[in-house]
Amino acid sequence: MQAGKETELWMFEKMLEIRHFEETMATVYLEGKLPPHIQQGLAFDIGSGPVPGEMHLAAGQEPVAVGVCAHLMQTDTVVGTHRPHHFAIAKGVSLNAMAAEMFGKATGLGKGKGGHMHLFDPANRFSCSGIIGASLPPACGAALAAKKLGKDWVAVAFFGEGAANQGSVHESLNLAALWKLPVVFVCEDNKWAISVPKSSATSIEWVADRAAGYGMPGIKVASNDAMAVYEAAGPAVARARRGEGPSLIEVKTDRYFGHFQGDAEVYRPKDEVAGLRKNDPIPRMAGFLKKQGHMDDAEEARLRALTQRRVAEAFEFARNSPYPEPLDALQDVFA
Amino acid sequence: MSNTRKLTMAQAIAEAIGQEMQRDDAVFVMGEDIGKYGGIFGATGGLLERFGADRIMDTPISETAFIGTATGAAAAGLRPIAELMFVDFFGVCMDQIYNHLAKNTYMAGGHIKLPVVLTTAIGGGYNDAAQHSQCLYATFAHMPGLKVVVPSNAYDAKGLMIQAIRDDNPVLFMYHKGIMGLPWMAYFEGSSNEVPEAAYTIAFGQARIAREGRDITIVTLSQMVQKALLAAEELAAEGVSVEVIDLRTLVPLDRESVLRSVRKTGRLLVADEDYLGFGLTGEIAAIVAENLDTVPLRAPVKRIAVPNVPIPYSRPLERHVIPQVDSLVAAVRAVMAASLQQPVEA
Repeated sequence: MQAGKETELWMFEKMLEIRHFEETMATVYLEGKLPPHIQQGLAFDIGSGPVPGEMHLAAGQEPVAVGVCAHLMQTDTVVGTHRPHHFAIAKGVSLNAMAAEMFGKATGLGKGKGGHMHLFDPANRFSCSGIIGASLPPACGAALAAKKLGKDWVAVAFFGEGAANQGSVHESLNLAALWKLPVVFVCEDNKWAISVPKSSATSIEWVADRAAGYGMPGIKVASNDAMAVYEAAGPAVARARRGEGPSLIEVKTDRYFGHFQGDAEVYRPKDEVAGLRKNDPIPRMAGFLKKQGHMDDAEEARLRALTQRRVAEAFEFARNSPYPEPLDALQDVFA
Repeated sequence: MSNTRKLTMAQAIAEAIGQEMQRDDAVFVMGEDIGKYGGIFGATGGLLERFGADRIMDTPISETAFIGTATGAAAAGLRPIAELMFVDFFGVCMDQIYNHLAKNTYMAGGHIKLPVVLTTAIGGGYNDAAQHSQCLYATFAHMPGLKVVVPSNAYDAKGLMIQAIRDDNPVLFMYHKGIMGLPWMAYFEGSSNEVPEAAYTIAFGQARIAREGRDITIVTLSQMVQKALLAAEELAAEGVSVEVIDLRTLVPLDRESVLRSVRKTGRLLVADEDYLGFGLTGEIAAIVAENLDTVPLRAPVKRIAVPNVPIPYSRPLERHVIPQVDSLVAAVRAVMAASLQQPVEA
């Protein structure tokens, strides 16, 4: 499947934006969390600093998000996971409103109520959840709505390989196939469910093999390559849009950071990430674009500077935004 | 008398589990990240190295399966401990808990025993938002068939954990993240204390007087005990003598200790990090209301808890909904300033 220059450049730009966002967040997140500014004896304090709470970053997993979302329209739905930033950025969620949410500011997507695992952008039909395996049922719902409303909208549910063993995943796969829902299920296999490797948690090597048991196509993407994901996702999205039902795609991808920031990663071989970074999908995409004659060094430098500036502006917006008033906590329980 | 050392609550819980595994081959642990990781909150630290992967079993993220497995294994004679990381995650496997684990003994006319311990982390205070900060112990206490243990310190946690493992019934053991003494989360230092090396038990249904006082009783549990003790210290400087009752277990509930204390002080503040509505604070207030013939109240009962909203992420919002030391102090002052209306003559 030919993506074309414009789409390929868009994918590269979004990958850069995601990577800059995650790396900036990795640094900002540590502000105020390290000695000597915290309780004596602690190595790290998760509840301190401008961005408190858990932080799950997706650096390394950019190809999954951009390769799938390159096929989507604004009216298509994406439901992400507890590690949601790459999906949100690829779906077009505002960097400013996302960053502000993570700073707990009134200008955030959820006025500071949600935080980084709970990003809701109804205009771009994006949402996510901190509960494992929770993305599939609401994606089925969006797909059912499209069908009932007679629209050609599709829905995408992203989930991790760890979630693949959760009941909600199996129930949703069956329901979507049974009702021929326009949904694409995308399993991001980054190998690690916190500390438990896939080989210790899943009885087969490929989650995509389970698609056969539910009567839908199972598509395997063995490399962490944005173009490979793009090519795999195209037919699945088109099939859904034609009303022919769901597909299950599995992508082997890489998690560069810990499960959460501050994770000592005692379970992971020390040199694993260094090895993974040798196959960084961003230089790979850059190389592809240059080989196609779609980008030269100057254009790459321009895109890097542009995306860095956007991310910097988003963090500045977030920092400078006001906090909500304490009493705002009591609002919005009901619509 | 055995030697004691200062332990964190996480260390005390892991020690209790290890000692019971040593004593009884039927005890084993299942859960997510309990092996090499030692439990996300340290409750199984060091146990994989001692007991091996046959008895410290990392599970897939399949809670319905492994919690149901715990029930089945218990019915077959084992004594499983199953950890589910955050209480907020119990939604995915609630059926196995509330329709099976909690009810099977009763439905079998008492003919089966289900010695299962479910362990989980509760509580907020570090801005982890609505799906990772709840307490929810009252939800489980509400449903018949589960014993509910919610310790406030390392000493109690060890004794209560050993009691839980030896109990022939399902026990939900809930530890607040902000008192576990983790190296990556601020905690209340009063929760780390002297713990005997030898095994010991603390009977369920026995509240502890965490601080004696004359003027007002604060009934609470878990991390809020530590907050209440700090509030009591502050109030002592103002001349208010606060008694702090640490319930330690919700099921069974030590009603007598609550009544005894309120009979003495005549004033009651119930402080809770769970939701206000239909929960622990209402239950404690009702116990006092039902016994007003023998409890001479001097002021209306006051309740302080999360005001029926999900836990918000942003720091100023979270601090507003989760009772803090300051809010306990203010609530005590309000009770001290209040008085009961005298009955009007007809």
